[in-house]
Amino acid sequence: MGAPRRSSRRSSASGPGGARPRLAVWKFASCDGCQLTLLDCEEELLSVAARVEIAYFLEASSAPGPGPYDLSLVEGSITTPDDLERIRHVRRVSRRLVTIGACATAGGIQALRDFADVREFLSVVYARPDYIATLDRSTPISAHVPVDFELRGCPIDRRQLLEVVSAFLAGRRPVVPPNSVCVECKARGNACVMVAHGTPCLGPVTQAGCGALCPAFNRGCYGCFGPMESPNVRALNRQLRELGMSTPELVRVYRTFNAAEEPFRQAAEDADPELLDHETAPEKAPEKAPGKAPGEDRGGRR
Amino acid sequence: METVVIRSLEPLIAELRARGFAVVAPTTRDKVIRMGEIASESELPRGCGDEQEPGRYRLREGDDEMLFGFAASPDSAKRYTQPPSRTLFRMRGESIEEPEAEVPRVALLGVRACDLAALAVQDRVFLGGRHPDPDYRRRREALFLVAVNCAVPGGTCFCVSMGTGPKATAGYDLALTELAGPHRFVAEPGSACGAEILGALPRVPAANADLDAAEEVSRTAAEHMGRRVDTEGIKERVAGAHDSPRWQQVASRCLTCANCTMVCPTCFCTTVEDSTDLTEGAAERIERWDSCFTLGFTEVGGAPVRGSGAARYRQWLTHKFSTWFDQFGTSGCVGCGRCITWCPVGIDVTEELANLP
Ligand code: SF4
Ligand code: SF4
Ligand code: SF4
Ligand code: SF4
Repeated sequence: MGAPRRSSRRSSASGPGGARPRLAVWKFASCDGCQLTLLDCEEELLSVAARVEIAYFLEASSAPGPGPYDLSLVEGSITTPDDLERIRHVRRVSRRLVTIGACATAGGIQALRDFADVREFLSVVYARPDYIATLDRSTPISAHVPVDFELRGCPIDRRQLLEVVSAFLAGRRPVVPPNSVCVECKARGNACVMVAHGTPCLGPVTQAGCGALCPAFNRGCYGCFGPMESPNVRALNRQLRELGMSTPELVRVYRTFNAAEEPFRQAAEDADPELLDHETAPEKAPEKAPGKAPGEDRGGRR
Repeated sequence: METVVIRSLEPLIAELRARGFAVVAPTTRDKVIRMGEIASESELPRGCGDEQEPGRYRLREGDDEMLFGFAASPDSAKRYTQPPSRTLFRMRGESIEEPEAEVPRVALLGVRACDLAALAVQDRVFLGGRHPDPDYRRRREALFLVAVNCAVPGGTCFCVSMGTGPKATAGYDLALTELAGPHRFVAEPGSACGAEILGALPRVPAANADLDAAEEVSRTAAEHMGRRVDTEGIKERVAGAHDSPRWQQVASRCLTCANCTMVCPTCFCTTVEDSTDLTEGAAERIERWDSCFTLGFTEVGGAPVRGSGAARYRQWLTHKFSTWFDQFGTSGCVGCGRCITWCPVGIDVTEELANLP
């Protein structure tokens, strides 16, 4: 170890007026997996609790604190008329709003409903469909209110969550690189499963963050973190076909947790152009909330 | 010291380990030849070969006695000279600490001629300028290099075109040529340390027949290059192709995934990332591998300068084969073929070069 050097730089980062910043965690349509990631940060959670006042967190305590909050983490997508009201409330009482996970960021697995007729589902599943108040589509938080940062993943990555919370507490931009999973895969020292084994992998079109977990265990990437910064899905589809994937298989790999993300939606449609004809979905993705031009979202995720 | 013949690598491995080196050599892992630490000759991939073509790699398991019957593996020496990430400093309150990482002494057994050429390129990059990198120097000096001359080049190799192989001519401590019938190695020292180690091993002087057989291995290998590049005027040709429509065509296939730059033994680009701990006042800066294929690489004022895939592919090819000469007085490519094999869609730099006007 080198000898510590003195420097005159001062540390920054403390809550406004010295008070602990207040953190809230909110849940919409989701499986709770992302919130649990926060609880999973056992070691670090104590220092989180020391640095922030966890004011509203249903998963860990049942006592909702009154707003306003300095940082709100929002899990889940908007799927009911009630959600629409609640997310506006959350935005009003939050200084910073960060979405966590594929549901809040992209609509989640439940956005598969976007490609089908919800009324049809309801009549098959429920005895009294008229008791069910649900929207036709599962939409990301950013389709309804301005979002300060979107953290991807299904579920989110523990290290990235701590990074985002630390960054917001320190008042800096989170370091969440939007490049491909391949970058992490090579840094980790994996041999490429596509090249070496012919295993289909979504890594080249998927955003890093998981640490290339699946390729490390000889599986192809499932695309949990959604599209990377400049996904070339057509080129990947051609290669996946070369590796023997059929049209339905191709559609299936893109239609999972991030099915409604525009590049993955296009990837499925590129694989099967007929999807465009016989699906009930509106042709376009929802407009992002005001203040965010199309294409700007990539930059915001850095 | 003279060129000698050794019958087994076991004494060499034992000698290196006794001198405190971790011996890192080809092994098979997940059906790929990977560099990993070994303790005995029996861990080398006996009888194995590889098939390499654009975007495709397959391990062949055979039953001959050869230990090095394959070409470059995905792992170059870069991982040892420039690890994927390192901590630059840690800060707590008022104090800054620059940790000096522990640099293990590593004997790389089985480096190829192209890898040695790549190390020479890296030396220029990291040590040749006005600000030599002390971290690189320490890692580099901790390496003992045992080259093995290629006998079976891969389908994506073109070291002959780049003038870097298949026979190792400089930059090694020891160079071996593997011969069959009977199985043996012609061994030649390239440094004082290499000569000393060789002097400690059971050996016999090399006969003319051994030397001829070794020459023949390299000659045959040179005739079996998987690919070739016409390097005549390449620097100017690539620079002159700046506005070629070809870049758009390759961009329609390129995933901008960065695999090519990650596996390239000479690509050296990094980014720095700062992190703050949840404890007040603690921060850390790390350096990690980056690539000219990421958008963050050229981000200025929140937007990338090289936004299109075409601009990014052009940067990679132009740097390797043209602007590298301006910057470092050498080619940035040593012809190892890794970027071709390990590109998930099999984009081939030799083909792209041939297609430029
Ligand atoms: S295994 Fe997948 S993520 Fe890893 S380098 Fe290959 S394509 Fe990329
Ligand atoms: S550009 Fe490709 S062939 Fe040339 S040294 Fe790099 S990885 Fe090897
Ligand atoms: S080709 Fe790209 S990644 Fe490689 S050294 Fe040049 S700029 Fe860096
Ligand atoms: S050339 Fe191949 S490896 Fe390199 S970025 Fe493009 S697709 Fe990826």
